[in-house]
Amino acid sequence: MSKPKVATCSLAGCFGCHMSFLDIDERILQLVELVDFGPSPINDLKHFTDRCRVGLVEGGCANAENVRVLREFRTHCDILVSMGYCATSGGIPAMRNLVSMEECLREAYMEGPSVHNPTGRVPGDLELPLLLDKVRPCHEVVKIDYHLPGCPPSADAIWAALCALVSDAPIELPYQLIKYD
Amino acid sequence: MDTEVRQITSDACRAFANDGTRLLDILHEIQRRLGHVPPDAIEAIADCTSLAPVRVQQTLAFYAFFSDRPLGKVVIRLCDDVVDRMWGYDAVRAAFEKALGIPMGGTTPDGMIGLQRTPCIGMSDQSPAALVGTTVFTRLTPESAERIVAGLRAGCQPAELIEKCGDGNNAHTLVRAMVRNNIRQPGAVLLTEGERGAAIANALAMSPAEVIRTVKNARLRGCGGAGFPTGMKWEFARSARGPRKLIFCNADEGEPGTFKDRVLLTEHPNRVFAGMTIAGYAVGAAEGILYLRAEYAYLRPFLEDILARRRADGLLGNAIRGKHSFGFDIRIQLGAGSYVCGAELALLRSCEGGPGEPMTRPPFPVQSGYLGCPSVVNNVETLALVTKILESGAPAFSELGEEGCSGTKLLSLSGDCTRPGVYEVPLGTPLRDVLDMCGGGDARSVLVGGASGRFVGPALFDRLISFDDLSTGGAIIVFGPQRSVPEIVELYSHFFAEESCGYCAPCRIGTVLLRERLGRIVRGTGEPADLEYLEELGDTMKATSRCGLGQAAPNALLSSLKNFRPAYEELVRSDPDGFKRAFDLDKAVTQAGEIAARLSIRGQEVAL
Repeated sequence: MSKPKVATCSLAGCFGCHMSFLDIDERILQLVELVDFGPSPINDLKHFTDRCRVGLVEGGCANAENVRVLREFRTHCDILVSMGYCATSGGIPAMRNLVSMEECLREAYMEGPSVHNPTGRVPGDLELPLLLDKVRPCHEVVKIDYHLPGCPPSADAIWAALCALVSDAPIELPYQLIKYD
Repeated sequence: MDTEVRQITSDACRAFANDGTRLLDILHEIQRRLGHVPPDAIEAIADCTSLAPVRVQQTLAFYAFFSDRPLGKVVIRLCDDVVDRMWGYDAVRAAFEKALGIPMGGTTPDGMIGLQRTPCIGMSDQSPAALVGTTVFTRLTPESAERIVAGLRAGCQPAELIEKCGDGNNAHTLVRAMVRNNIRQPGAVLLTEGERGAAIANALAMSPAEVIRTVKNARLRGCGGAGFPTGMKWEFARSARGPRKLIFCNADEGEPGTFKDRVLLTEHPNRVFAGMTIAGYAVGAAEGILYLRAEYAYLRPFLEDILARRRADGLLGNAIRGKHSFGFDIRIQLGAGSYVCGAELALLRSCEGGPGEPMTRPPFPVQSGYLGCPSVVNNVETLALVTKILESGAPAFSELGEEGCSGTKLLSLSGDCTRPGVYEVPLGTPLRDVLDMCGGGDARSVLVGGASGRFVGPALFDRLISFDDLSTGGAIIVFGPQRSVPEIVELYSHFFAEESCGYCAPCRIGTVLLRERLGRIVRGTGEPADLEYLEELGDTMKATSRCGLGQAAPNALLSSLKNFRPAYEELVRSDPDGFKRAFDLDKAVTQAGEIAARLSIRGQEVAL
């Protein structure tokens, strides 16, 4: 029987959740036994070739590209997990929701103290994804099945959740794994 | 600093003995003279009253009827309640905007007239209605809106624009309002004539403990909505320690759809003041404060006159009815446009000159309320009933109710009914009978208890109007077959989000989330999961909010989700791909596209 597939992505996040994921240390050997990988920054695959059992999503949606990737994950994954604070609540990137888009782009591309931009314009290259009016947590864009809290969730928490999801076992996250104060 | 501002401010403060607890009165006075409260005045008030400037600022910012910028010499406050929307609010609003040449919320360029919206002003039986200054205009039409604007432009005072005064005391020289009482069914107790002074004479012939026993025997319960036994409340206050005790009459009738207290204050103010006096005697209080909502300011000169007459006749003041051991006087505290001040703890805070944020209970106000003194807060109707009970005895009152209930209840009927107005019915009357009385036989849904009440459908029309079954502070709003329940609930959700005082998180955040999610549903982008989300959110708000506002805000939602679920289910559907229907990618990237001079159409981008 083929192994269940797992896909991961990092949207508007810092890759911290993926770093935390890699903190499973030697359990990575078990992981290889347990699952195959679909698209993920870990194997640098960009596109789905077939369905995945579990999709782990780091980061919220700050731009149109984030939305495209997230929707692709929703379409191809049976179970979608928002992993970490940015995915579940918007996190640090969502702090820009307190500033107007105009002010935000002006500061970033024109008036910031370290900006050198002789054109005086906001870049409009079609390769650059457009920003959303507000940064959104993933569940405002697609249906999310599970939320894994933490900034980042610990390796133990990610491991416990992932093992349970790929083996259809009940998820047991002891208080110590999801306590953050 | 502007010397005129300083002069007016110090005059206003001096008029209230530089007393910081009279901050609402001070702000009212400054606003009356200047049209707003300028920043300079805040510093000056702080100097005069020894309040911190930030305290003054806080109070000023809290109340809707105060403004720190000029809104216009005359401000038109158009009542934007669900019932007004049913009877032509949109057309009237458009007529005002057109005649004034400004959008809602604006001020004419000459600074003369401002246009603001305001929640229910207690005229649901004669909506659409508006306050122009303090003058009430009812049954507005686009034509009458134009006439009002033309009159104001021609230099008339708002009161001069009234064409015909209402019935009863609405035509009194000190009122002169076009408001109608619409007393459709005078019952056995409240809306009947009585002999002035008789109740007080009877009360003074008893000991205070006997007065409390009489009220207890009548099984009188608070008519503001909570239904707390009045006698018990008085007894707690009587046994509380403190040299200074106070009686408060809660005339902050802000619950959308309620207007019965307005009618009582118009037609039977003596009865309300007598009730306060009797409460004072029973509790051992020498001071009473009537907290009058700012929307009813047009009644103030009339009520002040009644108080003066009562003083002259020995029914208020020292040695009432010649009894040297008992003195009691009443003053009127005008509110400033805040729904939450109808909650007793917020009301007391407001009387102290602060923002109407409810304090934590315990201690209860009967132990430590206004300025730490034992304080009794009773509804207008409750106090009027006290007078009738002392007039004709407890048995006569308690016999009146049906099905084991005691006494009668005033109801404010409005909405899709042919005879909206005030009805006095025995407690225990079935809702169906009430609907028949008011010509609301076509009702498909009824909101019992106003915006914070419960939505019931025909299956529950045989339930009884009483404290233990369908409990209501008085408002009953009838909706016919053409109305959408989710849309009504969504409209009320705006009201709660705007009126939340912001003190506690469940209410401050919950009311906004509730409005946002309901908005999705009525706009057609809701999903079945949103209904579960709303139920969970509503339950959380009920369980964890600090005061009645947040606890009651989800009532209409939760009861309608239970009783009218198909109406919601019709509006929601899930997306087969698992994408959220409320998220619109094109709309979300529009602004960024404009700034970067790019255009995105359905994900296909083209350079501009």
